[in-house]
Amino acid sequence: MTPTPSQTIGPFFGFALPFADDATAVPSGSTDTLRIEGQVVDGAGDPVPDALLEISQSEQFARCRTDAEGAFHFIVHKPNEAFFNVTVFARGLLRHLNTRMYSVDPKRRHTLVAQREGESLRFDVRLQGPDETVFFAID
Amino acid sequence: MASELEFEPPYLYPDYRATELRAPRHPLVKLPPEWFHQARGPVFGRIPVQPEDADLTRQHAGEPLGERIVITGRVTDSDGRAVRNTLVEIWQANAAGRYVDPVDDHPAPLDPNFTGAGRCLTDEEGVYRFITVKPGAYPWRNHANAWRPAHVHFSLFGPSLASRLVTQMYFTGDPLIPHDPILNSIPDERGRSLLTARFDLDTTIPEWALGYRWNIVLRGRDATPMEDG
Repeated sequence: MTPTPSQTIGPFFGFALPFADDATAVPSGSTDTLRIEGQVVDGAGDPVPDALLEISQSEQFARCRTDAEGAFHFIVHKPNEAFFNVTVFARGLLRHLNTRMYSVDPKRRHTLVAQREGESLRFDVRLQGPDETVFFAID
Repeated sequence: MASELEFEPPYLYPDYRATELRAPRHPLVKLPPEWFHQARGPVFGRIPVQPEDADLTRQHAGEPLGERIVITGRVTDSDGRAVRNTLVEIWQANAAGRYVDPVDDHPAPLDPNFTGAGRCLTDEEGVYRFITVKPGAYPWRNHANAWRPAHVHFSLFGPSLASRLVTQMYFTGDPLIPHDPILNSIPDERGRSLLTARFDLDTTIPEWALGYRWNIVLRGRDATPMEDG
């Protein structure tokens, strides 16, 4: 069966989709939390004040509408997984967008990205040392 | 076999002006399908939903003005299996075409007895049901004399990341439909027709409310479009 097509979330969802403590993915009183903040901007570099973002990872889920500056924030558990799924809705987006926020140590993330070398990609695996490759645990 | 893309709107659709600065210009990076279809969707359980949230006509002291309607249908996956206990959120303008949202500056009256937001969970057969009033059409400034057809916004989660859906439900026969760039961004007429609810006498409650049926298919399992749409 054909999936029902998408349509834009439009500009008027702000009275309907937000809910109490929607940007906080952790129970109140939790310790060991982390604040994630950011901004949504368009192709002209202007803030997008009518976007809705959702993030999820395992048992964590949060929703945040952008403010007049296009800014959003989330409160999550300190990440022990590599990334959060991020879903972006906005007026002007006929379909939503999926992306990921990786929380890998900025000093180590380059070890995950292949480098272009002529017509090839180069990917070195360093078992130890200052540039030790980031390895993943699979449960 | 029609391409799936002809049943979905593109990101860039210049007739809908807001897409011009917001549509990503690079092709989306393909991930292995199982990353989305097998990844469990957001755990939406924190979003509050009460049985009374499904009746938008009983959220205030009095009854809202407008044509009372029932909207109901079945939520399935692409294989036709019921999607049970999933959250359905709706929001809409009042009968005069005005949203409660402070962003809406259309000079049509607000209705003190109507907010226009509802939630429910699908039942064991995947069925959702809302009672509301028929939303009015309203102008927007996309182009000269631009009016949105009457519509109700829907948001659904489903079981996986791939099944998340935000869309709009229209009413069959609305004369504004051929003029609406948001609906007409979907290239294939069969795709557009999937977004229109049909009047249904069996759903209509005598002496009380008109009934509309609209089924929803969430992406997942075999999501290949069928020729019979």
